[in-house]
Amino acid sequence: MAKRVAIVGTGQTFHKSHRPDVNGQELINEAVQAALADAGLTMTDINAIIIGNMDHFEGINYVDCWSVDGSGGLMRPIIKITTGGTTGCTIAIGGYHMVASGMFEKVLVIGWEKNSESDTSGAITTAFDPVWDRRVFAGAISGLAAEAQAYMARYGATDRDGARVSVRDRRHALNNPYAQLRKEVTLEEVLASPMLADPIHLLDICPRTDGACAVIMASEDSAEKITATPDWIWGTGNRHSYAYLGDADYGRLTSMERTSKQIFKKAGIREPRKEINVIELYQPYSFGGIIWIEDMGIVPHGKGAEYIWSGATDMGGELPINPSGGPISTNPIGATGLIRCAEAAMQVMGKAEGRQVPDVNFAVSTGFGGCWWTDMILHGKNKPNY
Amino acid sequence: MDKAAIIGIGMTKIEARKVDKTFADMVFEAVRKALDDAGMTINDIDNVITTSNDFWDGRTISCMAVGDASGASDKNVSCVEGDGTFGALYGLARTLSGSYGTTLVTGHSKGSQSVSSLITNAAFDPIYNRMLGADMITACAMQANAYMARTGATSEQLARVSVKNHGNAMMNENAHLGMKLTVKDVLDSEMIADPLHKLDCSPVSDGCCAIIIADEKRAGKSKKKPVWIKGVGMCADAYFLGDRDLSRSESLVKAAQTAYKMAGITSPEKEIDLAEVYDAFSYQELMWLEGLGLCADGEAGKLLEKGAFDIGGRLPVNASGGLLGGHAVIAAGLYRIAEVVRQIRGEAGAYQAKKTNTGLAHGVNGLAGQSHCVWILGKDR
Repeated sequence: MAKRVAIVGTGQTFHKSHRPDVNGQELINEAVQAALADAGLTMTDINAIIIGNMDHFEGINYVDCWSVDGSGGLMRPIIKITTGGTTGCTIAIGGYHMVASGMFEKVLVIGWEKNSESDTSGAITTAFDPVWDRRVFAGAISGLAAEAQAYMARYGATDRDGARVSVRDRRHALNNPYAQLRKEVTLEEVLASPMLADPIHLLDICPRTDGACAVIMASEDSAEKITATPDWIWGTGNRHSYAYLGDADYGRLTSMERTSKQIFKKAGIREPRKEINVIELYQPYSFGGIIWIEDMGIVPHGKGAEYIWSGATDMGGELPINPSGGPISTNPIGATGLIRCAEAAMQVMGKAEGRQVPDVNFAVSTGFGGCWWTDMILHGKNKPNY
Repeated sequence: MDKAAIIGIGMTKIEARKVDKTFADMVFEAVRKALDDAGMTINDIDNVITTSNDFWDGRTISCMAVGDASGASDKNVSCVEGDGTFGALYGLARTLSGSYGTTLVTGHSKGSQSVSSLITNAAFDPIYNRMLGADMITACAMQANAYMARTGATSEQLARVSVKNHGNAMMNENAHLGMKLTVKDVLDSEMIADPLHKLDCSPVSDGCCAIIIADEKRAGKSKKKPVWIKGVGMCADAYFLGDRDLSRSESLVKAAQTAYKMAGITSPEKEIDLAEVYDAFSYQELMWLEGLGLCADGEAGKLLEKGAFDIGGRLPVNASGGLLGGHAVIAAGLYRIAEVVRQIRGEAGAYQAKKTNTGLAHGVNGLAGQSHCVWILGKDR
């Protein structure tokens, strides 16, 4: 019989562009210890571990095996799941299924990345087909620029609209002591920053970060004993839509559209804009903040920018997005999706401190990566009714 | 806990070099075969787990390359890195979670497009070990020495594993390296890393395996009789080789105990009818059989000499030819599962074992058997 699952503890490192003070295992352990402390558990309580990162970035093969000293995996079941940018969210979804299966009571989920030691663009370039695509798109930025251009062509959005999203997330990051970039920027500063790939300016896009995040999931049998305010997982889903660059429908995120529909339908959410209280969106660049909320069904297609300009997604607005500052402020790639999950859980549990959104009943966290893939989790204050 | 079963298997032929097939082509072939085997179409698959490894594939996000071919378009999909048995364990969890009725699991590898020594060298710690130039073969040679020194297992016994498994592979149409060998042939073959001769080492091959896992409800509708998943277990040991007693495999003992407990098995020696174990090197078959509790510690070599692990013996081990008969790295454990399914169904043809009510399949991750995954499969629910 499938079990209901809740997040009972979260932990993350202080994120920086470079953490020369720790090696990878120590970085992982910092997040693990923080999550255990948050849940009031010790490593002996943990029945299994899921770890994720991007091994071409780290240059280490079999990271699950390599990290056991830091992850707590010694003489325990440990498994590695990797799906690119979505990794952090994918491993959270993995933790959900491992607990829901009834095979493991408490599962520790760890995402991490030491980007300072890697050539991210070089590694990402190898994600593409070596014959057909690899020489066309270098790294992540060019693909994102193509998506933004397609959207702008379709709906007449401008780089000013993108800048507005960047201003929002960078302002929100001021409330997050764990965020890497905590500096307020103006619209003009974003627009005046160097153009990386039209229309993406330097301040439109995420940094490279060293950091780790850990989340502990437990079954219904023990979740409420561990914490009075567990974050219940209502639904998980993902779509990986295509393998070749030419197959993508640029300007919209079909994987987000399909995943959202699946999850919202299952949870009985008919008006996501009203029923969801906060979103932690894996949004590595500003235009994604406009395009993807349309695909999520928050606003109709073409209305994303207008909604952002209204202030609805700012703190205090109708539906705050990325109170943590999002990936634009902090981006340790293998951890980034899991940080979204952890931040959403903290919002539901009332533990988000200076970035807390009041009265969160439902929160959404997402992962983005691969090539226009979406992973998504619906978090809720109350136990799922199914 | 709910029950789940394997209702479809698909294996490509394991070959030295599939020049005519991309990763995606191999995966498509295995998936097509697994669907046909189960009497299903891709529409009957609720979610997909691909198993790959970025280093072996030379690609970041290596699962991207096989998403379409595995039929994952518009389905929930995820990717485990490591041996296929670990991917299958996650696939089982996704089935038992109640989220999905059927899970397709694939594992693929093209050793022909990889440099094994460089890739396995990258699994060593970058600061302390990597520059020594160690790789999987040298790590396992150290383990073989430690195992032989402690248990008294001999080079002849190791060689006999190779003779048996390469011989068995001759009967398996999917195997890469079926060969009629003598102990002398093995001992005369080139010394790769003492005590491992060339014929003590598995080849690095190309291949893909796919299995379909179903929950109890969906298993009832399958074309063939489902093979039930009775128990699974996995466990990781210390990373640094110096932190382990390399001559033993504590993590395998623990993984096996977990699987046996779940399967309700109290005396594995009596209750397991056949085993497909991860014989990447000849000594491993002996060492793992002891770790699995399928014979007493230090006894595997002697039992092997008596023919106990032959197809007609007390416990047929690697009747398919095992990894020595063909080693598509990431898919290797998934092939073990599929081969046990074949045996339990009575479809193993020339290498069919007689008694096959309960079978064991085994996979390994990491250097010198750091992490193990054990599956117990059964004919009866």
